[in-house]
Amino acid sequence: MFETLHRYRYHYLMLLPGLILGGMFVFYPIVAACYYAMHDWSGFNSDKVFVGMGNFVKLFSDPIFWDAFKRSLVFLLGTVPLQMSVSLVLAVLLNNQLLKMSTWFRTMIFLPVVTPVAVIGIIWTFLLSPFNGPINGLLLDLGIISRPVDFLGSSATVMPSVIGVYVWKWLGITLIYWLAALQTVPDEVYDSAKLDRCRGARLIWYIVLPIILPFALAILLISAVGALNVFPLIMSMTNGGPFFASEVMEIFIYRTAFATGDGSIPRLGYAAAAGVFFGVVVLSLTILQAIATRRARASAKQVRS
Amino acid sequence: MRHRLSPLRIVFGEHRATTRIAVMSTVLTIVCLIWIYPFVWMISTSLKSNSEMFANPGIVPQSWAWENYGRAWTEANMGKYFFNTLIVTVGSVVLVTTCTSMLGYVLGRYRFPGRNVLFFAFVATVFIPQGFTIIPVFELLSWLGLSSSLFGLTIATSGHAMVIFVVLFAGYFSQLPRELEEAARVDGVSFLRIFWYVMLPLARPMVVTVVIMQVLHAWNDFLLPLVVTLANPAIRTLSVGIYAFKGEQFIDWTGMAAAATISILPIVLLFILLQRYFINGLAGAVKG
Repeated sequence: MFETLHRYRYHYLMLLPGLILGGMFVFYPIVAACYYAMHDWSGFNSDKVFVGMGNFVKLFSDPIFWDAFKRSLVFLLGTVPLQMSVSLVLAVLLNNQLLKMSTWFRTMIFLPVVTPVAVIGIIWTFLLSPFNGPINGLLLDLGIISRPVDFLGSSATVMPSVIGVYVWKWLGITLIYWLAALQTVPDEVYDSAKLDRCRGARLIWYIVLPIILPFALAILLISAVGALNVFPLIMSMTNGGPFFASEVMEIFIYRTAFATGDGSIPRLGYAAAAGVFFGVVVLSLTILQAIATRRARASAKQVRS
Repeated sequence: MRHRLSPLRIVFGEHRATTRIAVMSTVLTIVCLIWIYPFVWMISTSLKSNSEMFANPGIVPQSWAWENYGRAWTEANMGKYFFNTLIVTVGSVVLVTTCTSMLGYVLGRYRFPGRNVLFFAFVATVFIPQGFTIIPVFELLSWLGLSSSLFGLTIATSGHAMVIFVVLFAGYFSQLPRELEEAARVDGVSFLRIFWYVMLPLARPMVVTVVIMQVLHAWNDFLLPLVVTLANPAIRTLSVGIYAFKGEQFIDWTGMAAAATISILPIVLLFILLQRYFINGLAGAVKG
């Protein structure tokens, strides 16, 4: 025992700083969140009362929680396919070596990615504003609408608006991922496809996509997890409103745990239980994806050999 | 099917590649200009007076109200918040890169007791959402007496994002050839020196990836700084600061547009100057 420790002393030494950091902010919080989830706890200075699975039982019969959960799913299904398909089309166009201004286009599309989310939220609140907002102004001038639409203020339009802004904000990063994937496709593939008179959408769909399938799954996972972490955008655009119409899981957790402005007491244990449930869902998604990637890699190898 | 006629083909013929490129460029230019319109609008609004903003929907401001920037800088405390964000970003980049490169190196290249357990623990937690851990993180910081300090914010920002970087580094280090390392060991170079002088320089592309991703993360982070600065507004970051400014000054659009412009300027300039590194760095995340 001591001998092994001594033999690998430098290895363990190098692990130490990272393990302290990870222990404090990754591993401990996960364990602690599970612990809190089993307690009734109303504030950082108050006592915790053990309630076992009570928080989860309450959670599962809480319609506000399920609505938030459903909204997170709606958000996921609304953003990921849109983001992935639009950025793939752009990536295929920009991957064309004859396109001289390709870098410029890429820079412009990437610009929202480097802009802090809170700033994006504020700009878009203005752009979408029903009071002299430029988008309403344009739509009115074109005669598409007859009176201003309160995009972020009515429950019918708030989710599509936030989804649109989210896709605009993060499309650039998916584009970079697709471009990286496309660059792994050897030129010979395109040459032989050209000989077979296979081009355009069919070339992409039947020849290029199967080759980059493992990448596509990785990109899918990154995008899906990103779409579940939308707290900053929604918080800075709508605060989850109007009347909870854009309250996704993370806003629900934040509001239950920290937001005491409306006079209600913070319910940290309850919020932690929601967090644990959300974490388990994300983890299952990850595992499913890992299995899918492994299968895709295996079949891609079979095709090549 | 071979000679299916698309409108473009009728107009330009089949082999006019240059014409097709020209059409594509034009379409993409229009798309991109619409794409960046929010930024153009923001800069234009930041230079209009509050009364002009409603009267003149055009892009070119008539009054050139530079005083908006002065107001944003002093009233919205942008100067202070900018400095805070810079400290958190630089601090967390240094901390994250050091810790994760060492972790990734050892986990990726060596088999020792406990290695598999550790590696699995990191992989399994890669995608844990921030909402899951925010409550214990805040409590831990309070317990350490760091709940309203820039240092606390910096280490918490580093801790949250590090897991994916460990996995990326481990993947990258595991595929480097053994020979260099062995040659150095034969020459009597110590373990830590081999890492620092031989292996880390070889992993430069992945270091760039991690630095860029952490800069983006720290600059964009919102939930953590929001929670940590609830009690101490003096240490707000730009993101939280501009969010608070919006709550306090909802009618001052032009002041807010100026504040927004200030807060994106540094990171946009950095991106344009180091664009190659940004793009290659991010591409490294899916390739690795």
